Amino acid sequence: MSQVKAEHLCKDYGGVTALANVTLAVESGERRAIIGPNGAGKTTLFKLIAGEIAPTKGRIHFDGHDITDLPVHTRANLGLSHTFQRNNLFFDLTVLENVRLAVQHHRGIAGQVLKSVSGYSAVNAEAESILARLRLAAQSQQLARNLAYGQQRALEVALALATEPRALLLDEPTAGMSPAETIEMTRFIESLPRSLTMLIVEHDMDVVFSLADRITVLHYGEVIAEGAPGEVRANPLVQEIYLGAPPSVPPRGG
Amino acid sequence: MARHWKWAALIVAILAAIVYPYAVRSYFLSLAIEVLIYSIFAMSLDLLLGYTGLTSFGHAAFFGLGAYILAYTALGLTDNILVTVPLVIIGAALLALIIGFFALRTSGIYFLMVTMAFAQMLFSIAISWSDVTGGSDGLAGVPRPVIGVGAWAYTFDSRESYYYLVLAFFLLSWIALRSIVGSPFGAALRGIRDNEQRMRALGYNTFRYKMAAFVIGGAFAGLAGALLTHFTQHAAPETLYWATSGQVMIMLIVGGVGTLVGPMLGAAVIRLLPTFVSSYTERWEIVLGLVFILFVLFAPRGIVGLLRRAVEKRP
Amino acid sequence: MSASQFIFQLFNGLVFSMLLFILAAGLSLIFGLMDVINLSHGAFYLLGGYIGLTMVRQFDNFWIALIVAPLIVSGLGLIVEYFFLRRLYGRHRHLDQVLFTFGLALIAADLIRWRWGAYVESVPGPDELKGAVVIFGALFPRYRMSLIFFGLIIAAGLGLLIGRTRIGAIVRAGVSDAQMVSGLGIDIQKVFAGVFALGTALAALAGVLGAPVLNLYPGLDLEILILALVVVVVGGLGTLKGAFFGSLLIGLANTFGKALIPQFSMFLIFAVMAVVLLARPSGLFGVKGN
Repeated sequence: MSQVKAEHLCKDYGGVTALANVTLAVESGERRAIIGPNGAGKTTLFKLIAGEIAPTKGRIHFDGHDITDLPVHTRANLGLSHTFQRNNLFFDLTVLENVRLAVQHHRGIAGQVLKSVSGYSAVNAEAESILARLRLAAQSQQLARNLAYGQQRALEVALALATEPRALLLDEPTAGMSPAETIEMTRFIESLPRSLTMLIVEHDMDVVFSLADRITVLHYGEVIAEGAPGEVRANPLVQEIYLGAPPSVPPRGG
Repeated sequence: MARHWKWAALIVAILAAIVYPYAVRSYFLSLAIEVLIYSIFAMSLDLLLGYTGLTSFGHAAFFGLGAYILAYTALGLTDNILVTVPLVIIGAALLALIIGFFALRTSGIYFLMVTMAFAQMLFSIAISWSDVTGGSDGLAGVPRPVIGVGAWAYTFDSRESYYYLVLAFFLLSWIALRSIVGSPFGAALRGIRDNEQRMRALGYNTFRYKMAAFVIGGAFAGLAGALLTHFTQHAAPETLYWATSGQVMIMLIVGGVGTLVGPMLGAAVIRLLPTFVSSYTERWEIVLGLVFILFVLFAPRGIVGLLRRAVEKRP
Repeated sequence: MSASQFIFQLFNGLVFSMLLFILAAGLSLIFGLMDVINLSHGAFYLLGGYIGLTMVRQFDNFWIALIVAPLIVSGLGLIVEYFFLRRLYGRHRHLDQVLFTFGLALIAADLIRWRWGAYVESVPGPDELKGAVVIFGALFPRYRMSLIFFGLIIAAGLGLLIGRTRIGAIVRAGVSDAQMVSGLGIDIQKVFAGVFALGTALAALAGVLGAPVLNLYPGLDLEILILALVVVVVGGLGTLKGAFFGSLLIGLANTFGKALIPQFSMFLIFAVMAVVLLARPSGLFGVKGN
């Protein structure tokens, strides 16, 4: 059964169509990349699935539930987590406090008022282990606003992961990162458990072809191609959109 | 090391507060009682403004309702604080639930205006519904409180005894609020202040958290209003007036938002200001406004921020 | 309430609505462009009224007061904008701006009490508009009737200014995106200063016009500010249309409330506000703020 399903999604902004009739089904455990030129509607599609905006038409399903009318936080609690295209962190809190907010919520203790935060050692340990995995352990006491841009990007992913999602929407996880950071982040995402369903919007074709099981190509708010990386690459329509040339990177499987 | 100093300072402060009534004239004892009461009031606003980022400009609503509930029950039902204080807290919390239901749908400037408008509505009711509220005279003749269980009872009829009662409530409020802001719930409130959208993305139902903070803040403000009424023995409509909301806001800004020491310092400074200024000029409200504006312009983190900066600059 | 009483209250409600509109339009304009809720707006109203009073006593001419008082007050507004508010523009300083205007309101209220005392002062209307007209057996004072026309003229003038002129276009663009305006090479600082001056002038104008109807007394600054705030919350911040229809709604609710349920007239106003907020959190014509 497909885990994330969008049916005939449409989104208009005051008469301008950002998304026209997009249907999409992502299997459980699948890694799906969404690509397309700027303004193709990738981020709009993500915001619709995550619940940040409401569709003009169409339905969205998650694990068989219709989540179209559910608010963002309810979707997150069902296990659908997302990162933001622009870093959207708790900039005035420390890196550790950032991640701890995510951990304490999914552990169900965020409403506690009697004991100090530092007294919950399991929460702290979990937060620190997530930071270690994203190589942010050394920065845990810094304010998020003082991190380097690439580190903020990593914290963005850390926050989404710390909610222990079953499906993860990554909106350009490597945007603005240095080449070295991009490789590191790609490896990290690759290393995540195969059971985690992923949808990734990404401009970097290296990242896309090394991560994705399947690729959906959006153009002017419509799906123009969908399939395994090899199929998509061979698709003449896709080639035409990407300046008449096939994507510059040879396939690496996956 | 710094921790040790903090504890030492705290113990000295509490000891000083305990011996204070023996050291000063009754005028300064009254001032201290008011400072403690306004400290509770300002701390309760800080939970909203400093910790949750809710810019309430109608905090007097809860303060004044606490004052009127206390006056009404103490005059008509009982003056036993074991009954009146819970009633006040429940009443103020319920009011916060109602106002919050409307106001928390909005944010930022709208929230400020809506909370202010609700408080002003209560003020106008207090003025015009004189059968119940005593109109612009308010409710006078409120007795000093009694604490009693069964046959045993004690009346706080001296100024000294009432000072200790207020001190006890102040310490309890401080411990409770300190516990709240240090807890996971407090961390969640700071998360909302910093980035509410991200909190929702993490799965937090932020409306509920904000409502909880609003209700807790309202309840403590109600307590402060009740304590003031027992002290002045009078529930006045001015407790609901926007100037009261403004004054507690001034205390908080001058003291320092986002800390619990700040509201206390601010309450002390603002409460003492008229005493010192009035020996030079009658226009102490102008002085108050100027002091406030100077802090807003040049020291938005208040006295606490100035002290911190001074400590950090020291080598 | 008989039919003639009803018409009379309706008339009074319209008069009050127009005064509220002139005041609220200034508040709403300033917010719309600068994102500043000016809590000293009521103080500017009262100051306008008192300066007008002094002018009327000095020159025995209402019309001079009507022109000079708004000019003086808008000059003060310019000074406030240039020396203080300007320091507080920026994304995270909205609260500081509000707090600053609150401090200013405190100082202004005390200064006014200092200069003009704490009495209720009544101001005579212009000689040309003395007396009343009898319609359907009810007396309609000429001055009040003229206020309705005056309010409509101001509304039309502001509508043209905002809707049809280059300055209005900038203000409208500023309402949605102040940065874009700066990007077009327009000196947004000057626009801000101009709008703030216009807003305070409108407050003072309302103060002079309202004095013969509402009198002048310390505390009126706050009463009128609260009503203006409710108007912009109900109508939607930053829109002229919202200020106009919000004023009609609140002005009529206030007048009929006072006539029908005098003890709870304020309650009625806030009930209207609560209902609007439930249905449309950003006001009847509001576009931003949420």
